[in-house]
Amino acid sequence: MKIAVCVKQIPEGNSRIDPGTKRLDRGGEGTLNAFDANAVEEALRLKDSTGEGEVVLLSLGLAKAQDALRKALAMGADRAVLISDDAAAGSDLVATSYALAKALEREGADVILFGQQAGDSDGAVLWAAVADRLRMPVVSQAAEITHADGKLTVKRQTEFGYDVIEAPLPAVVAVSDAINEPRYPSLKGIMGAKSKPQETVTLADLGVEADRAGEQGSRTEVYALNDPPARGDSKKIDDDGNAAQAIFDFLAEKRLV
Amino acid sequence: MSTLVFLEHHGDELLKGALGVLAKAASLGDGDVAGVVIGSGVRPLADAAGTFGAAKVYVADDAQLEAPLPQPRVDVIAQLVRDKGIETILFGNSVLAADVAAGLAARLDAGINWDLVDLVQQDGKLVGKRPALQDSVYVDVGWTTEPRIALFRSGSFDPNEKGGSAEVEDVQVALEDFSSAARMVDQAHEESEGPSIEDAPVIVAGGRGLGGPENFALVEELAKALGGAVGATRAVVDAGWYPYATQVGQTGKTVAPKLYIACGISGAIQHKVGMQSSGVIVAINKDTNAPIFEFSDLGVVGDVHEVVPKLTELVKQRKSS
Repeated sequence: MKIAVCVKQIPEGNSRIDPGTKRLDRGGEGTLNAFDANAVEEALRLKDSTGEGEVVLLSLGLAKAQDALRKALAMGADRAVLISDDAAAGSDLVATSYALAKALEREGADVILFGQQAGDSDGAVLWAAVADRLRMPVVSQAAEITHADGKLTVKRQTEFGYDVIEAPLPAVVAVSDAINEPRYPSLKGIMGAKSKPQETVTLADLGVEADRAGEQGSRTEVYALNDPPARGDSKKIDDDGNAAQAIFDFLAEKRLV
Repeated sequence: MSTLVFLEHHGDELLKGALGVLAKAASLGDGDVAGVVIGSGVRPLADAAGTFGAAKVYVADDAQLEAPLPQPRVDVIAQLVRDKGIETILFGNSVLAADVAAGLAARLDAGINWDLVDLVQQDGKLVGKRPALQDSVYVDVGWTTEPRIALFRSGSFDPNEKGGSAEVEDVQVALEDFSSAARMVDQAHEESEGPSIEDAPVIVAGGRGLGGPENFALVEELAKALGGAVGATRAVVDAGWYPYATQVGQTGKTVAPKLYIACGISGAIQHKVGMQSSGVIVAINKDTNAPIFEFSDLGVVGDVHEVVPKLTELVKQRKSS
């Protein structure tokens, strides 16, 4: 079984938005999006459960995103493909999903996995756009995935509880971070990752037209950056035995009880 | 401007989040506001939507739409947008709605902005307000083309039940082959008492400071007395003290009740982003340096095991008096 995992490098530590470009500043150190580690882990488990196959990492990002990919390779993925192209800068969801879908078509994977959100943009929807472009079934918030008879059975976590959904392959699944505990790369894994194939492709290599990438291929824009609204005055008291009464009075004053 | 709101339902009720978005759309007061209800046996919901501000409700009622799966809903809405020339499509966030919105964006090559907390007309343009970077900055975002898609953070708007009735129009359902490939085989829903965490006007949440799962009873009793729901932090959900469905935070639910009472919660950024839009925040924690106090309206440095039961008692007395 061939499993593709879409991963992203995000800025390490506290992020900032560049006031000039109004884009996230990606100049500093980068790291593998932590939520994507859950998807890599699940891919490795699925591969192990079937006893054969390949785990391919796919990312769209700057050339230095190879570092994040190497970390996922050290966990045990087999090879990595990085779409890196200056023309992709500023791609929104419409443009990003198009480029990823093109790369995924080229791979022809049986299962395509995503993590539940991007730690930088808080995006948590990309998989559904990619699945629509690939015309494949999609299941998100997967808390458990099993594979049998050419189909996946996915336990999905929703606001109302758990659903069980069956999807024939090929399928796109976004895993929740409750699905597993990602393994730490072993020393052997880290050493081995250095010799695993890491391919870099351009948009042209994938057949992505210039007007479908970057700002030109995007349908959203950023106008301005503002300070968050301030909270009103706040009070802090020590409990001298009457704190419950103080809370109650406060709530009564606010007409909340 | 013609606007369409995805009116998600669960059981025989429209979700409060979707109705809040409908109220927002109606308040923009510019052009037609329609809703769309998609499911099986959902026609009665269209009438309900009328009382919440929808001038028109499209109904896709078909047995194939019974399960709450996103892709058949993308098919229905995409067709509707094309047929009716709809310019703006609005969604209140949920597991289902997010997948429908993003699938629709790809299908229509339409711009999508997510995690919005507001939508305004500014200089003749629709502008979305989007908190970013753990809500430390508010970004004004927009769309370069139509149709536009917006996905709003849970609890951004209150529903407005003002009466009235909607014109109801049935829409034809034609599904793509891949849209019906995924199949719901079981819906084992946790039925919880009281309001669900995303719809509750009051949330009483517990964290590690409670000391153990058995002490969640304190939180539950206070929530019950206040007519609210129980929330939990990621730490206690991970520790198995409380179900994931109640988790508030970056990897759980984003909530904005009128009142949020944090019991034994330190206020890690992970939790903060899920609840800081709440109307009034009260925190009880024995650590005076807990970050939660930095964004609480009332902070109490004290022992939750003492303060919470006393508060519950006071609320109960008030109710019975």
